[in-house]
Amino acid sequence: MTLRAEAHSPAATEVRRFGPVQKWVHRTTAALMGVCVVTAAFLYIPQFAELVGRRELVVRVHECAGLALPVPVLVGLVSRHFRADLGHLNRFGPHDRTWLLAVVSRDKRRSSRPAAKFNAGQKIYASWIAGATLVMLGTGLIMWFTHLTSIVWRTSATFVHDWLALTIGIVIAGHIGMAIGDPEARGGLRTGKVSREWAKREHPLWRP
Amino acid sequence: MNPEQPEEPGKPAPPPQRGTPVGRRVLLGTIGLGALGVVTAPTLQNALESFLGAAAGKDPTGLTGLLPNGGGFRYYSVTTSVPHKNASNYRLTVGGLVDRPKTYTLDDLRALPQTRLVKDVQCVTGWRVPDTPFEGVRLSDLLDAAGVRSGAGAVHFTCFDGAYTESLTLDQARRSDVLVALRMQDKEIGHAHGGPVRLYVAPMYFYKSAKWLSGITVTERVERGYWEHRGYDVDAWVGKSNGRDDDPTS
Repeated sequence: MTLRAEAHSPAATEVRRFGPVQKWVHRTTAALMGVCVVTAAFLYIPQFAELVGRRELVVRVHECAGLALPVPVLVGLVSRHFRADLGHLNRFGPHDRTWLLAVVSRDKRRSSRPAAKFNAGQKIYASWIAGATLVMLGTGLIMWFTHLTSIVWRTSATFVHDWLALTIGIVIAGHIGMAIGDPEARGGLRTGKVSREWAKREHPLWRP
Repeated sequence: MNPEQPEEPGKPAPPPQRGTPVGRRVLLGTIGLGALGVVTAPTLQNALESFLGAAAGKDPTGLTGLLPNGGGFRYYSVTTSVPHKNASNYRLTVGGLVDRPKTYTLDDLRALPQTRLVKDVQCVTGWRVPDTPFEGVRLSDLLDAAGVRSGAGAVHFTCFDGAYTESLTLDQARRSDVLVALRMQDKEIGHAHGGPVRLYVAPMYFYKSAKWLSGITVTERVERGYWEHRGYDVDAWVGKSNGRDDDPTS
């Protein structure tokens, strides 16, 4: 990556998309989420459970990773740039509505998919996964500390935790699939920089 | 303080038009749906269980078994790997406060009178498998054959996974619905289900039914088992312990 940055004149061809805080928050959250998903598979899918065993240890790792999952975002809040990105993810303009309508009508033309720093899909994904993580944390705590609530609440929490886990698994697979489909977007989170051309193509309303 | 490079100018700090906070609404909406899910779970779960239960019966792929509440057994083991035992190397020892300690092979156990029970299996984590046949030797027969000494009050079980243990009081162990099981679902018990020999304690949560049973020791009083050291109830009657209210299984 360094070679490439040296070969081109950075100012002309590349724009900064993410700073070190954003990169760190994304990487740490992804790692913790990965641990949650993998340990969940070990606990839940019989074939994997047979492979791994050691149920008590796996449960402990799953609990700790889950508890730590919101921490990177909370730490990231110290950064002004990270807070600004959260603002971009939160606020929807008229162009986001156009983008979403284009998705609904399967309109793949670039001109009908206007986006600023984040497109509407990324915004909805970010908000949904944040909410879903908090629901998993809440239901997980009810399952973990069994003496806090009655059996009815625990069974209900388990029900939501199980089905939402399945949903999150599918959504994250989609998230990773889209990242695989766009190496430059992935590179943006790895190096913090993207080409001006990519930014203009994918995020025409973004003024970096 | 901030290690980041300042972003290039072009985007004013508070943009002129901030837009609608849809992100926040999606986040709060997701949390609200999660809470609603918890509140309505008992109803939803009943509906889903009956639907998935019916679907699982017609599903040749077995994928429905992987869905939450899709029915069937789940595999739990507390160790990394468990050795495989068969008729040639399986041994069950009966010892402790008895007059005639004895070691049984698999064929010895098969030669003893067999009892078949068909009852629900209830796990303390919530899953239940209805009408599951278990077949094997009554534990009380093995205890009688060994001759329990006076002063004995409990039975301790050890397993060839090297870690799991369980216990019953002598009265519990002598119930007619407690088996040293050799068959489950009318098949020999496979390794994943605790074969070739596992304990089957019909009236209690399934963690009492220790898998990979290898030792029966008569003791003076109850020694806590693996999960009981970790907070589970020792007297694990289905519906009357561990804070649960499931229907009894036996």
